Amino acid sequence: MKYKDYYATLGVGRDATTEAIKKAYRKLAHKYHPDVSKDPEGEEKFKAVAEAYETLKSPEKRAAYDQLGRHAPGENFRPSPDWDQQHGDPQFSFDDADLADLFAGMAGGRHPGGGHIRMPGQDYDVSTRISLAEAYNGTEVELRLTVPEPDAQGRLHRVPRILKVRIPKGATDGQRLRLTGRGGKGLNGGRDGDLYLNITLHPHPLFRVSGHDLYLDLPLAPWEAALGASIEVPTLAGAVRLKVPPNTQAGQQLRLPGRGLPKPQGKSGDLFVITQIVMPATTSDVENGLFEQLAKASTFNPRERLQKEMKNGT
Amino acid sequence: MAHESTEPVWLTDDHLLSVAELAEMSGLSEAELLELVDYGAVTPVDPESSPWMFTGRCLLTVRTACRLRISFDLEPHGVALMVSLLERIRGLESQLDSLRAQLPRHP
Repeated sequence: MKYKDYYATLGVGRDATTEAIKKAYRKLAHKYHPDVSKDPEGEEKFKAVAEAYETLKSPEKRAAYDQLGRHAPGENFRPSPDWDQQHGDPQFSFDDADLADLFAGMAGGRHPGGGHIRMPGQDYDVSTRISLAEAYNGTEVELRLTVPEPDAQGRLHRVPRILKVRIPKGATDGQRLRLTGRGGKGLNGGRDGDLYLNITLHPHPLFRVSGHDLYLDLPLAPWEAALGASIEVPTLAGAVRLKVPPNTQAGQQLRLPGRGLPKPQGKSGDLFVITQIVMPATTSDVENGLFEQLAKASTFNPRERLQKEMKNGT
Repeated sequence: MAHESTEPVWLTDDHLLSVAELAEMSGLSEAELLELVDYGAVTPVDPESSPWMFTGRCLLTVRTACRLRISFDLEPHGVALMVSLLERIRGLESQLDSLRAQLPRHP
């Protein structure tokens, strides 16, 4: 079993009062709790902090922990036979167990193998990141977890588990999927836990996502914006032709209904194409000549409103 | 009760749950759930109609409430306050994401 320094995890001395331990825990929980924190590693850090507090807040568990002696964090160790006799659980296997499981079995906690009380399995909360194409088509993901599982004798073992989960069409960023009975196994007839999958999307080089709608920038040459054009635009189902009307302004949104992400209820979001009018970085003499002709021929004043406001002194 | 089905379910506003389902899935008792409703942490789809139904999103809120209560050792009204502020932040963040998606990138 690997040793963990619970005092160091909470940043308190070995002689800290229960009150000081509680205060240190609360500060760190505030910082790392996955429901509150923005730290991408918050969840892992919070788990370590919560595990340390779970043992150190109970005087009985803390005394038993202190009696394990001091070891370097991560060092493999085995509790002494004396310790085992005093605090140990005959059903406990030390070899592949976690320190947390050792204390979970003590008074004030519940040993999953103990008694014949019906106990529901643990719910698993797992995050996964998929591509926009996977969200569009539906996909299957492999989740790698390490979970405590009891054997036939009720002894806890940490076992790596690979769960294959189908994500149907309908996903978007931040959406949650619930899979009944895919969490930890229930004990003594208790129901199996559920799996909650938090889905996020990899950023796409072209499409931006808002709910089930997609946004795409469409660069246009000034003459395409002026005269209108039929332009090939990408969608998640392949390219389509889009008619850009004459006199299109920059920043205008052209809507392609149903070309966004599929929704769980069957309909689909929309694709919004945002027009941009782009000038060439350099222009040839011929192009300059044509622009000069246009400048002479046109009576268009793009700053009419600006000039009116300036005249009014605003 | 063992569940046979592993059909994935999206937890959205369109997926409705009864009080009993919400209790079973969250691991809270119905009394504890009603307390969360009392304090305004979760609201039924139509509080005037009976029996009450909740959206799939409420299940996420209730699970958050459970985690916060245990982790921070909070009173029900403290949990309700925290959950409603977190929901407000979530709403603002999703508005911000949506506005960001509409902003053109520089060509």
